[in-house]
Amino acid sequence: MTVVLRAENITKRFPGVLAVDNISLELHQGEILALVGENGAGKSTLMQILGGAQKQDSGRIFVEGQEVSFNSPEDAIRAGVCMVFQELSLVKSISVAENLFANRQPVGKCNNIQWGKLYQETENFLRSFDLYIDPRTLVKHLPMGQQQILEILKAISASPKILILDEPTSSLTEGEIAYLFQNIRRLQAKGMAFIYITHKLSEIFQIASRVIVMRDGKHIGERVVKDVTENELVSMMVGRQIVNLYGTASRQVNGKAYFVIENFTRRGTFQNVSFGLRKGEILGMAGLVGAGRTELALAIVGMTPKDGGKVYLHGKEIKIESPKDAIEKRIAYLTEDRKELGLFISMSVRENLIAPSLRKYVSILGFLDHSRVEKFAEESVRRFSISTPSISKKVINLSGGNQQKCLVGMWMGITPEVIIFDEPTRGVDVGARAEIYKKLREFAESGVGIILISSDLPELIGMCDRILVMHRGRIQGEVRREEFSEELILSYAAGLTSIQNQSQENI
Amino acid sequence: MKLKEGVFDIFRVIASFREFSLIAVLIIFGLFMTVRSNVFLTKANLEAILLGLSVEGIIAVGMAILLISGGLDLSVGSTMAFTGVVTGLALISLKLATVPAILLGLLAALSVGLVNGLLVAKLKINPFITTLGMLITVRGLLLVLAQGKAVLNLPESFTVVGQGRLFGIQFPIYVMLFLVIVGDILLRYSRFFRQSYYIGGNEKAARLSGINVDFVKIFNYCLVSVLAGIAGVMITARFGSSSVTVGTNVELRVITAAIIGGASLSGGEGSVFGAFLGALFMAVLANALNLLGVDVYWQNLVTGLILIVAVVVDVVNERRKANQK
Repeated sequence: MTVVLRAENITKRFPGVLAVDNISLELHQGEILALVGENGAGKSTLMQILGGAQKQDSGRIFVEGQEVSFNSPEDAIRAGVCMVFQELSLVKSISVAENLFANRQPVGKCNNIQWGKLYQETENFLRSFDLYIDPRTLVKHLPMGQQQILEILKAISASPKILILDEPTSSLTEGEIAYLFQNIRRLQAKGMAFIYITHKLSEIFQIASRVIVMRDGKHIGERVVKDVTENELVSMMVGRQIVNLYGTASRQVNGKAYFVIENFTRRGTFQNVSFGLRKGEILGMAGLVGAGRTELALAIVGMTPKDGGKVYLHGKEIKIESPKDAIEKRIAYLTEDRKELGLFISMSVRENLIAPSLRKYVSILGFLDHSRVEKFAEESVRRFSISTPSISKKVINLSGGNQQKCLVGMWMGITPEVIIFDEPTRGVDVGARAEIYKKLREFAESGVGIILISSDLPELIGMCDRILVMHRGRIQGEVRREEFSEELILSYAAGLTSIQNQSQENI
Repeated sequence: MKLKEGVFDIFRVIASFREFSLIAVLIIFGLFMTVRSNVFLTKANLEAILLGLSVEGIIAVGMAILLISGGLDLSVGSTMAFTGVVTGLALISLKLATVPAILLGLLAALSVGLVNGLLVAKLKINPFITTLGMLITVRGLLLVLAQGKAVLNLPESFTVVGQGRLFGIQFPIYVMLFLVIVGDILLRYSRFFRQSYYIGGNEKAARLSGINVDFVKIFNYCLVSVLAGIAGVMITARFGSSSVTVGTNVELRVITAAIIGGASLSGGEGSVFGAFLGALFMAVLANALNLLGVDVYWQNLVTGLILIVAVVVDVVNERRKANQK
């Protein structure tokens, strides 16, 4: 097989860390090579070097046998290496066509953009991927999943020989993932080679043929996918044995629901959603992206308005008009969007940790009581094993996993009675995931009810006592622990199966 | 797709453009004024409107492009006066001929733009702060240069630039219309100018697409400054003297016009033609309030309200679209 890309002894040092330590790899034509490792393992840095966004300190890169030196992503693209970046790199205020052909629009004699041709070419291109979007649509008017697909198509439209995908499925629905994989396989058959970075190990087994594990900047091992197990990969990634990631519940959840949602409705978003949560229960919420789970959660805590619906806590109706009310009733919502909605990213760990419970640390005159704040922050850092050099470190400088632990610590400060946790492990590496799961178990054991919104089915199945599945703003089904299976949840989520009289069953 | 739906779609697309609604409002407003006042539709009045508009109209071309690329320039009013003073002094004190004097003035304007551009693009200083600083600095500089006095008695070979007529219409109007048309075409069809949309919409993405972000930014600051310079030359020639106070608050009027015309302070949106229509709208409104005998004190209040209404309409529209999704 032809080697299309070879990297030899790549090393990259950042102040204080050796991000990539003497890594070599080979990529063959038409191959899908997976690259896994915890956050901070150096995968992204290595890929940025291969994609031209960073410059290695030492080491050589060969594309189709020719040595190359990339000073910018442009250089890499010209050599046939294209990288799709984790964060969306689309310009939202302009059209799909202009995004796909950014800075390489078809031009006429006077360097004038030929708009008709641009739209036509875009339409043809999208059609070849079975996408029927008007090329004139502004990107901001497309749903999230389609934006991510578009991001990948943008890279493909430059017809690279090698495509680097960095967690491409993080905000895709199951259907969109299937669509993406199908197209990756099609391009692979045509000879395009892929490097695929992911946190979702199950994806490796679906799509990749070979996998490289990185840890602390080092090349830990390389396996043929069909000869390796998920557990083996995880052990290689964390450098120790993780027996049961999700842990096991020590007891059966019984009793009546103490937190009840009744007939929650917002026109066009969710309709007549009713369910109850028992003490100590971990209640899963499954559904495709756009099923209305996050919207429902935001409405429950009063962040966004609802058209109708009631909330009962301990049998009494409570009014939640704003997140302030929710905090007073000790209902914690941990957002999926920790950078935008969850954390004060440019503030210190300490300031973040006390944010929702600020009132508790105010002295009579209205000043912050620093010694108590300090004590609480230090305690939380210990309790949630947030690894930070100090509590005055800015949250933006922490890894994804530690940011997430910060978010958990922050909300545990209000000593919640109900926790709504939205995508608790998105962008969080395996080690930190295990710790977050352990904390969730502890909270549940102490009698707190947890609503766990997640798109990661193994996570839901591993953690929950019961799973509600939403589809187009309604609860499509309820799955009990003994009937848990990915197939059943997916068929509810896709709206293929439904249950009758759900509102009575759920409460 | 059925033809009827297609036609309806086209109509909806057209109606969703800011330019379209502004033209519609201008026509209705014009008709109303024609009925109410027999002066409005005379050549003299229309010329007065356009002549008054020429300063804002010229600068709006550059400001629209700058705003689209995510920039902002508060120093254009000062730059305008600065160019006038430099040109005036070149003519009177240095005894330069008209063309070299104008070129020297424009060079002064360009240097302001270059400083703005370098500070914003290279040192990453916030555009608001950079250009606020330059607004004050440049105004100070020109006061020092002119010793606080106007440069008077400019030669006729120079004043003809602002006072001369072609087919009975004063030159600055041609200059403005020319720049607006050329600017709009360039922004729509030139790949180079189009880059500003990418930069304003998502700077990182622009960089990854191979756009030379810093260069385009610096270019845009230079462009708006040179256009402010041209406006400064025009107004100096028109008045026959370079005043040190000319151009005060021009920056606010130009930014207002661009935003009424569909630009946004967060970048990525807007058009040259839209900004021109915004400026035209403000000029016609001021003229109408005059003709209707409304107290001149009302003008600011009305213009301010219109700016706010335009932005509110935008926000509401966006929200409606987001909900449809």
